[in-house]
Amino acid sequence: MSILIVPAILSGMMMGAVYALVALGLTLIYGVLHIINFTHGSLLMLALYVVYFLNLHLGLDPYLAIPIVLPLFFTLGYCLQRGLIAPMSGGSEQNVLLITLAVSLMIDNLALYFWTSNTRSADIAYAYDTVEILGALLPLGRVIAFAAALAVSPVIWAFMAFTRTGAAIRAVAIEKRGAELVGIDVNHTYAICFGIGTACVALAACLLFPTFYVTPQVGYTFVLVAFTTVVLGGMGSLPGALIAGLLLGIIESLCGLFLGESLGQIGIFLAFILILLFKPSGLFGKRAGS
Amino acid sequence: MKNTFNRRAILQGSGALVAGVAAPSVLRAQTPIVKVGVLEPLTGNLAYNGTQCAAGAKFAAEAINAAGGIKSMGGAKIELVVVDAQSRPEVAASAVDTLVEANVCAFTGATASALGLASSQAAAKYNLAQVFSIGTAETVVTRGLPNVFRFTPGVNKCTSIALENLKLLNQGAGNVVKTAAIVHEDGPFGSNMAKILAEELPKQGIQIVETIPHPTPHRDFSNIALRVKASKADILIPSNYINEYTLMARALNQQRVELKAIYSILGGAASNIKFVRENNEVAQYVMDCNHWYDPTKAESKALAARVAAAGLDLTYDVMVSYATIQVIADALERGASADRQKMIEALAASTFDKSIMPYGPTKFVNGDNTSAQPVNTQIRGDKIELVFPKQYASAEAVFPVPVKKN
Repeated sequence: MSILIVPAILSGMMMGAVYALVALGLTLIYGVLHIINFTHGSLLMLALYVVYFLNLHLGLDPYLAIPIVLPLFFTLGYCLQRGLIAPMSGGSEQNVLLITLAVSLMIDNLALYFWTSNTRSADIAYAYDTVEILGALLPLGRVIAFAAALAVSPVIWAFMAFTRTGAAIRAVAIEKRGAELVGIDVNHTYAICFGIGTACVALAACLLFPTFYVTPQVGYTFVLVAFTTVVLGGMGSLPGALIAGLLLGIIESLCGLFLGESLGQIGIFLAFILILLFKPSGLFGKRAGS
Repeated sequence: MKNTFNRRAILQGSGALVAGVAAPSVLRAQTPIVKVGVLEPLTGNLAYNGTQCAAGAKFAAEAINAAGGIKSMGGAKIELVVVDAQSRPEVAASAVDTLVEANVCAFTGATASALGLASSQAAAKYNLAQVFSIGTAETVVTRGLPNVFRFTPGVNKCTSIALENLKLLNQGAGNVVKTAAIVHEDGPFGSNMAKILAEELPKQGIQIVETIPHPTPHRDFSNIALRVKASKADILIPSNYINEYTLMARALNQQRVELKAIYSILGGAASNIKFVRENNEVAQYVMDCNHWYDPTKAESKALAARVAAAGLDLTYDVMVSYATIQVIADALERGASADRQKMIEALAASTFDKSIMPYGPTKFVNGDNTSAQPVNTQIRGDKIELVFPKQYASAEAVFPVPVKKN
């Protein structure tokens, strides 16, 4: 069993990078809009279908689909927030919760109606390629996802820190009324933020597809862990989501190895409970009122 | 204005009225129909299998109607009443009411044992026969319900025949397989299978070196592949559903696990052409013991052609559902009645031997068709070939599989 520990840690990190990628958009949307976005899993599923159909009908590689899928889902997220969530919620967070849940149910059931619950995957040439690191054979697709997760977090952080739009988003997040008073279009900023979050989940879909499958239920496979990642990392914290994602991946993998795969997820929720007990704001979260 | 309300006009009008009123019954008399229920999960988690089953039933009804319908009932055409079990047992049970209201003579379904158990229990109240397309759990036929008829084999028979076939294959290859790893989903289906295998494999001289349960859904099979690799098992016997099967097969390939065979029993993907199409490289030589039709029969070939023309996948769901409608049609033919009790009696006395399945004459004992048997399939290129038993085989089995060049 001991010879399996290093490969298990490494493969856990690779899986954790996927969790982090899915969680990035979720934490961004929560950090700014304070929306617990229940559509996240459904949007992940939708993006996976888009990647699948682009591959099936146009022969487009999932990675090459990124320049198409990201703008598409940014627009979708923007329109969803601007055209549906904002006007229907009337500023109430409870309403937002219900609206995102309703949209999620609609997307899932439409997917089931149009595409059935049939499992779909693609026979991509490099899907079985591996990279050898420290004696462990890691799927190439997962290694690319890991590298992307490491790269995307600083890019989003830099965008938030150094661009005017980023500054506007931060201003709206901190003081909505104040931001409005200095001339920031709050609704537009909210929608941009939702769009970026949705684009993040679309990126996760492009990076996930070569090593996974797609069904109308696939969002549920990741969204619960993504919510856990966001809370564990600190709600709204981008570095927190990355570190928490990797941590959860490693914990899940080691627990699976030592306790059995059926009990692997116990580790995730045990770590979650412990962190909340001793650091309720999460690993990188700010204390309430600070 | 001239008055046209005369005797001739009244006669013409009366004639037209009588004809109009009588026409439907005349038409009905010309084309009698008999209603057969199809209760399948058309939505929810099992929608793919349920839809495939419904398609199989439709193809069967069309074929029977095209061949003249139920001749003993004046050429009555089979009309299917298709209802959705929504992949939920409670819905499957309540859907039986819809079938009863529609006045079906019997029904087929319902893809998963859990659904079929619920629907057959509800149907028992109405004395309505259910001919199971798929229902591998043994509880399907151990409850003593007179309305239950399982045409396809249950898990015990599938496992015992699978092990017997494995023994023959292994003997033919000089007993090269000495150790086995079992990877199974941790629900009742996988766990029961693992328990049976743990008891039976050692009797064949095959030592179990690793047993790995996993949850459903499961996102990453890297550790499982590593454990199978570390166990140095000769053969892997998986029991899981299609999504996990797909990820597992990929992980085994990525971790370069060298096995003499992957031998599934009621495998989630190994007899699914979609798995073959979308994961062709890792699917090669995977063997499965499962429900499958007799590909040598003319009606099987006709079904394959019609399924292809409809742009559907030819899965075992289509095959077994087709066959169960054949069984119901045969019972109607012999009983010459759509009466529920007469249908139960006709089904119980069935000796039907013309279904597309590779079974002998049907013989229901406590509702279980004792002539039903699974067969071994193997993925070869872009096809699923039947390799065992030899009298139905469309290809020779490759066992053990050729060594991969990494």
